[in-house]
Amino acid sequence: MSRLQRLLPVAAFGVLAGILYLGFTLRDPKLLPSALVGHPFPEFDLPTLGAPPGRATRADLVGEVRLVNVWATWCPTCLAEHGELARIRREAGMSIIGVNYKDDPADARAWLSRHGDPYDFNVVDAAGDLGVDLGVYGAPETFLVDAGGTIRYKRVGEVDRRVWDEEIAPLLAQLGAAGDG
Amino acid sequence: MGSASGGTAGGTTSALLGAVAFSCAVATFGASPIDGFDFPDAAAAERYQALLSEFRCPKCLNESLASSGAPIAVDLRRTVRRLMAAGAADDEIRAHLRARYGDFVLYDPPLRPGTWLLWFSPLALAGVAVAVLARAGFRRRGTALTGAEHERVVRLLDRNP
Repeated sequence: MSRLQRLLPVAAFGVLAGILYLGFTLRDPKLLPSALVGHPFPEFDLPTLGAPPGRATRADLVGEVRLVNVWATWCPTCLAEHGELARIRREAGMSIIGVNYKDDPADARAWLSRHGDPYDFNVVDAAGDLGVDLGVYGAPETFLVDAGGTIRYKRVGEVDRRVWDEEIAPLLAQLGAAGDG
Repeated sequence: MGSASGGTAGGTTSALLGAVAFSCAVATFGASPIDGFDFPDAAAAERYQALLSEFRCPKCLNESLASSGAPIAVDLRRTVRRLMAAGAADDEIRAHLRARYGDFVLYDPPLRPGTWLLWFSPLALAGVAVAVLARAGFRRRGTALTGAEHERVVRLLDRNP
């Protein structure tokens, strides 16, 4: 048996182990890489959630670095992250726009008065069409949009303190603007 | 009642046949148009089905848009119908969904540097397999017995008749 041949099973094992190890480093397989990072926030023209419902468009969103948070009252994780969004609004002075996704506006208003309202304003995406344009496939999802209206970052799932500290805050520092905080 | 002259037995048979025909029709209907949507013609409905089977539901990993009942799949089906109604070509519809949900939504991902591993690793593995087999084949052909070895084999075999 040549030396090469003796090494072959070891090499095969090594390659397989390497591939499987890479599998461990992948995050949740349900997390899709976002196709929209680096692209402009989509156009929209939707009713707002305010007491007299108005309308909001993409133009109301650009001009400031903001978080856009897709949420719904039927989404338990949205409630779980609500406190962190309030903290971000309070401590970092970050502007947060809500997209109330496939929800009932009356329920949503009641939910906000019960749990607090960290949003500058909410748009009502009852049908989920803005959700499709945003590549949303579950709530909550959170986007960081720069002053020019370009999506810089997308988080699928809860925004917690770790996500803020390790992912969003460093990006904000890079963008050179963190609201007034 | 066409089978009235045939008596009770005939009536039962035709009722049975009718039931079978009805359930077949229901099964066929149930298999094609989802969300209860009517298309102007059969070609459009067929095109819609073909397109849907090309897309993967973003939420459910291993279900196509055609078969998934997830709310997001309903939304995406509505989007495909809207684009079709607006006269978009198949490629434009694919590009529209891909721009929003990435390569993940396509069951047939495009060939680009990021997907080289996906596309070429089976070829590479097949290449390795061929190389290993070829080596083994060459080696076997090269192991002819020398004269002394041949005599020894004969001796060993003769010892135990």
